Amino acid sequence: MPEIMLTGWALVLLIVGGLTKGSTSFKVSGILSVIGTACALYFAVNLWGTNLDIFNQLYTIDDYGTFFKVLFLAILMLVSIISMRYADREGIGSGEYYSLLMFGVLGMMVMTSSHHFITIFIGLEVMSLSIYVLCGLLRNNMASVEASLKYFLLGAFATAFLLYGMAMVYGSTGLMDVVELKKYFLAKQPFSATMFVIGMGFLVVGFGFKIASVPFHMWTPDVYQGAPTSITAYMATGVKAAAFGALIRVFFTAFIPFHFGWSEIIWVLAVLTMCVGNITALAQRDVKRMLAYSSIAHAGYILVAFITGDRALASSMLYYLMAYSFMNIGAFTVVIILAKTGDTGSDIDSYAGLGVRHPFVALCMSVFLLSLAGVPPLAGFMGKFYVFSTAVKAEFYWLAIIGFLNSVVAAYYYLRVMMYMYFRETIGEPGAVDKAPQYGIVMVICIGALLYMGIFPKAFVLIAQKAVGIFS
Amino acid sequence: MTVMSVPILSFLIYFPLLGAVILLFANRRNSQFIKIFTLVISLIELAASIPLFFKFDDAAKTMQFVEKADWFPEWGISYLLGIDGISLLLVLLTTFLTVICVLCSWKAIEDRVKEYYITFLFLETAMIGTLCALDLVLFYIFWELMLIPMYLLIGVWGGPRRVYAAIKFFLFTMAGSVLMLVAILTLYFFYYNSTGVYTFNVLELYKASIPIVKQYWLFGAFALSFAIKVPMFPVHTWLPDAHTEAPTAGSVILAGVLLKMGTYGFIRFAIPLFPAAAIDAVPLMSILAVIGIIYGAIVSMMQPDLKRLIAFSSVSHLGYVMLGIFAFNMQGVQGGIYQMLNHGISTGGLFLIVGMIYERRHTRMISDFGGIAKVMPIFAVFFMIITLSSIALPGTNGFVGEFLILLGAFKSNVVYGTLATTGVILGAVYMLWMFQRVMFGVITKEENRNLKDLGGREILILVSMVFFIILMGVYPKMFFKKMDTTVAEYLAFVKTKSAQVRVLEQDAAGARVAKEIANKNMTR
Repeated sequence: MPEIMLTGWALVLLIVGGLTKGSTSFKVSGILSVIGTACALYFAVNLWGTNLDIFNQLYTIDDYGTFFKVLFLAILMLVSIISMRYADREGIGSGEYYSLLMFGVLGMMVMTSSHHFITIFIGLEVMSLSIYVLCGLLRNNMASVEASLKYFLLGAFATAFLLYGMAMVYGSTGLMDVVELKKYFLAKQPFSATMFVIGMGFLVVGFGFKIASVPFHMWTPDVYQGAPTSITAYMATGVKAAAFGALIRVFFTAFIPFHFGWSEIIWVLAVLTMCVGNITALAQRDVKRMLAYSSIAHAGYILVAFITGDRALASSMLYYLMAYSFMNIGAFTVVIILAKTGDTGSDIDSYAGLGVRHPFVALCMSVFLLSLAGVPPLAGFMGKFYVFSTAVKAEFYWLAIIGFLNSVVAAYYYLRVMMYMYFRETIGEPGAVDKAPQYGIVMVICIGALLYMGIFPKAFVLIAQKAVGIFS
Repeated sequence: MTVMSVPILSFLIYFPLLGAVILLFANRRNSQFIKIFTLVISLIELAASIPLFFKFDDAAKTMQFVEKADWFPEWGISYLLGIDGISLLLVLLTTFLTVICVLCSWKAIEDRVKEYYITFLFLETAMIGTLCALDLVLFYIFWELMLIPMYLLIGVWGGPRRVYAAIKFFLFTMAGSVLMLVAILTLYFFYYNSTGVYTFNVLELYKASIPIVKQYWLFGAFALSFAIKVPMFPVHTWLPDAHTEAPTAGSVILAGVLLKMGTYGFIRFAIPLFPAAAIDAVPLMSILAVIGIIYGAIVSMMQPDLKRLIAFSSVSHLGYVMLGIFAFNMQGVQGGIYQMLNHGISTGGLFLIVGMIYERRHTRMISDFGGIAKVMPIFAVFFMIITLSSIALPGTNGFVGEFLILLGAFKSNVVYGTLATTGVILGAVYMLWMFQRVMFGVITKEENRNLKDLGGREILILVSMVFFIILMGVYPKMFFKKMDTTVAEYLAFVKTKSAQVRVLEQDAAGARVAKEIANKNMTR
């Protein structure tokens, strides 16, 4: 099982980190981490098609969970490859780094592979604890420490909300298993208890924090900017996907009988998330921060499909998360390449003239930005197309229109970066660009994935559809 | 449908892309090679497109050269290409103008030559793809793809305010197309609900009978998107900026092909998909078209900048095209399509002319010229012919198009026809006045005294433009016979389809009334 593999490997890495010293240790850990991830990925892929409940229904292996496992491991793989160079440069040279990354992914896997509240909560905590530490790894950088503290404090609040929510649902029904809850609600319709409604609301708040939906998004820009960039990429993709994974599982199973109730609330959240994320991103001059706000907006797009409550079409969210992970990791990789040591230099001015200085990097960045903006034939377009077609199918026309108009606003700030890269002359003395093969590998993988998913979406959509098959 | 053994349309679409990919590996310092290579690619492309014209079966009522492959059958997305009499002519216009554009950029572009030609070839792929696609998703993908190279062409190689113009261009057109995307999806699910089949195939979707209220909404979304591209009157503001800032070849291709995508979209998608709504929209569209004609002409008159003048004259000319299309009779529609080609050649020619004197003088202000006819006699002749074609002198291509449009407009509504005719007069006024100020009179500026006349490459470019101006003016039958059947089919289809919808509506309304009466009787 990939979980055991990953845990074992993380522990091995801790020991290796302790035994060896200095930057050699870091290189060894990096390579070991990539190998470990590859093994885990192999096991995860082999799980496809297996469906069973283990540990007294506390843990589940199903296609939905496996889909997310593969996605998390792919993210872990890419982030590890980036880190081999990046973390060294930033002086985060300790073996724990990779162990923490792995533990984080372990948490994510646990979160999405269970239909029991307790297990989901444990997974969430394992993931969050790793990330609190990872955020603050740039110990000499005030922003990083602040990010860590901020994420920790607010994250603790969110966790509390989530736990309260779970407790209240338990209090009003006596059940903690999502599947059992669904049966209970279907049997007892109409079911309405104030405590239950509040509990459901608290769950929305708790998950809303993790997926960075407005108005629970306040932490995002600061934390994303302060954290080491590799960790930002990791958070923006992995954490978000995990939170969505658990959210979809809980709401599309247990609370689907109350769909009419929560879809109204989430409608407002989705519109706010898209609009606030995009409009605030317009005003950013720092590319890393701009990407943070844009990731808020992307959570909004995914929520659009969530609202419809159409379980068969939940696959659109999975597809979107997949596409989104590749384009975001790619974009953050470019941020890393251009940043100087200490994570400065992500200001938009340092992108000026990049098209002349480093045509390849500029071309890669353009692909990622165009995909984020949803321009065909890249995966970002197919993702948006799929998500919004879900909304249109459910006759949420206004939501779809608002969503598409938002992507026009978004196109503006993505294009602005392209504009700086191609239309502007280099400003001032450009810093040296960190050219390492690792980044190249990651960028090429991401671009390949985006093009492939965009032009031949069929295989991916079918996989996503099979994954959500558990809901029907 | 005929299926050709050679996938000629796919070849036409991807051949320039292949060229662009090869260019990626070219040495950037060897700009001579890059230019020649691009020219060869675009010439092969042109040569490959010519057989289309001769092999095209004039009498066939269906799409020709059809290529079909499953792409994503579960969603009903297919790779479906095909052309009829309308797209045929536009494809030829595209391949022809691309060669012209490559030639006219020869000396004008010295900065980032390699990227420039790559962008251009990429643009050609997107344009031809848009014209051939018969699957809505495929169409949308090419439609959006056209934006990126044009954005770069304006933004990288444009004039001083290029960044503003590029972004304005991108956002305007993208805002329009996202609404269209919602409409496409709505139509798609509507068709599924009424037939149980998922398809984006336009030819299938034509068959859907959509209730009139839904048609209004969907037509509105499509129409807005295409109207921005055309550009029609209130949403035209991006055009003068984009035109003025774009490099010469960018302006030529923008006027020649990209604007036609809007009018083409009306004919191919917005009108036949939602015929009843389109016919109901005739007054609105015609009024906007007439406003565009007159407004464009008046504003042109006031422009001190040559390129801006031509840009606003495009608003006026495209107004004619829209008026013709929405006349819904044979003359109007054929005239509209013919005018699309004419505008591509005449206005494209004018932009070339302006580009040529701009290369010599680095100014486009009318006041900086005067009396040039004496120093540049060859140039003056070409300029004169193209100007006359733009004001629709009999014997030139412009006359045939405008005449037919006005004929059609009069036939459908005398008021629109009369108003549009004033545009012809205004057009002659601003164009001739412009010509007089630039070319005649005494030379006031010393710099103009030593201007060099046209070189061989420039003459070649203009001769080929003038050739078509005369050919299309004198022997229009050659082109009309290609689109006769298509247009007749199209009009018959739109009319019967819209009548059917109305009958259905009436039946439904009648059934409602009958039901109400029955209900009343029951309660009594």
